[in-house]
Amino acid sequence: MATYSTNEFKSGLKILLDGDPCVILENEFVKPGKGQAFNRVRIRNLKTGRVNEKTFKSNESVESADVVDTDMQYLYYDGEFWHFMVPDTFEQHAADAKVVEEAREWLKEQDFCQVTLWNGQPLLVAPPNFVELKIVETDPGVRGDTATGGQKPAKLETGAVVRVPLFIEEGEVIRVDTRTGAYVSRVK
Amino acid sequence: MPTSPGSSKVPDWRPAASLQTLRLRADLLARTRAFFAARGLLEVETPQLSAAAATDLHLESLAAAAPGGGLSGWLHTSPEFPMKRLLAAGAGDIWQLARVFRGAERGRRHNPEFTLLEWYRVGWDAPALMDEVDALLRVLAGDAITAPARRTSYRAAFLEHAGFDPCTAGEGEIAGALERGGVSLSAQAGLRRDDLLDLALATLVEPAFDPRRPTFVYDFPASHAALARIRPGEPPLAERFELFLGGMELANGFHELTDADEQAARFRTDLERRRERGLAAPPVDARLLAAMAHGLPDCAGVALGFDRLVMILAGAERIDDVLAFPWGIA
Repeated sequence: MATYSTNEFKSGLKILLDGDPCVILENEFVKPGKGQAFNRVRIRNLKTGRVNEKTFKSNESVESADVVDTDMQYLYYDGEFWHFMVPDTFEQHAADAKVVEEAREWLKEQDFCQVTLWNGQPLLVAPPNFVELKIVETDPGVRGDTATGGQKPAKLETGAVVRVPLFIEEGEVIRVDTRTGAYVSRVK
Repeated sequence: MPTSPGSSKVPDWRPAASLQTLRLRADLLARTRAFFAARGLLEVETPQLSAAAATDLHLESLAAAAPGGGLSGWLHTSPEFPMKRLLAAGAGDIWQLARVFRGAERGRRHNPEFTLLEWYRVGWDAPALMDEVDALLRVLAGDAITAPARRTSYRAAFLEHAGFDPCTAGEGEIAGALERGGVSLSAQAGLRRDDLLDLALATLVEPAFDPRRPTFVYDFPASHAALARIRPGEPPLAERFELFLGGMELANGFHELTDADEQAARFRTDLERRRERGLAAPPVDARLLAAMAHGLPDCAGVALGFDRLVMILAGAERIDDVLAFPWGIA
């Protein structure tokens, strides 16, 4: 297993802590002029999403976590697992509800998303920043109302509900920013 | 390593500090010289490259060697040893601005090469020297200071801000206070009680000080004496002080140890601890010991991190912002 020294700590580095894969968010070097040096680190546990502080003695070595982000195509949901495929190799991965939690309401078959693998197993699925999805349910559009800025809820084909302008009709395809859940534009 | 985006082809050649900050730096250097000239101290220069080096457990001296063999030595971590040789030779009150080097120290407030302002007063003790550091601060950093300097003993500061007595607390009690303060150690193994005290000072005590008010912490535990004399008592205390300002450690001073035998014993202890930890054991400065055996006058000395002083006055968050070319683009 590869290890990192605290000298190599920087944001984005993936390490193994108490058996869980974590990513370093911030690294602060602390050293009294005449004393022991430490690295105070803010880390996110990639399994739980929780952010913690940890303090390491400088020069301590820490195991690296074999965590890689891979672009995969979402294939289908079988009622229990969500299935993804690496397009180049056709290698497939099945992810459970916990892993797809953040992404599930944006996942449309054939779309690409980022799957984080830890020791070859899916750990997290992140949706693309922007998705284009069809509206399956919303109040009838108010023709020509492009100026008032009013909004109404609209249900998308994946199940997500977003706020859209009043002129948008059922059956239209819209572009949504998945990071905020905000409507971006109509797609023709 | 280029730090600015889009500079993948052209090496990053521009200074990290703004020209405005470099002008502030120059102004502070000029005012520092005027301060010491007006007080009659002698400005001295001592070597950066020496045959011997510091033995301190927590200082990493950089070794320097000519690639073809021949000359080799160590870059100093502070000008303390040769300045003490000058004191022993009767130089009187002396000061200097020294570029020093400490390997493996890199962070928001650390650059491996930095500027120390160091001076010695013959016949003075720690309280008198604290007064003079305070006077220098008022001249150089008046605008950044909102309240007169505060003085607190190491023990009182810990009792107030860390919630334990640094003279008596065991390792478990210190680790517990750290944990309660949100400082979670990855492993306690390999850490000595002194290391835990250092961490508590940096994470629990120091952040509690008013960043705009100079705070002097004095009377350190004997185990933290470094090169300070130890005053006998129950418990014995090191006549050492540190100055905190801007949320940082800014200066470290000693009522200097003058006993050559005691100094030699401390060097030996340092080297034993370095060997235990598998660290390099640089050669002991025999010329310093000879000077001390000849007679180092009773004196107090202090070293102040000049770059950090510039940080405070420039309102800079990172040491890189006050250096023309910090490590990485040096």
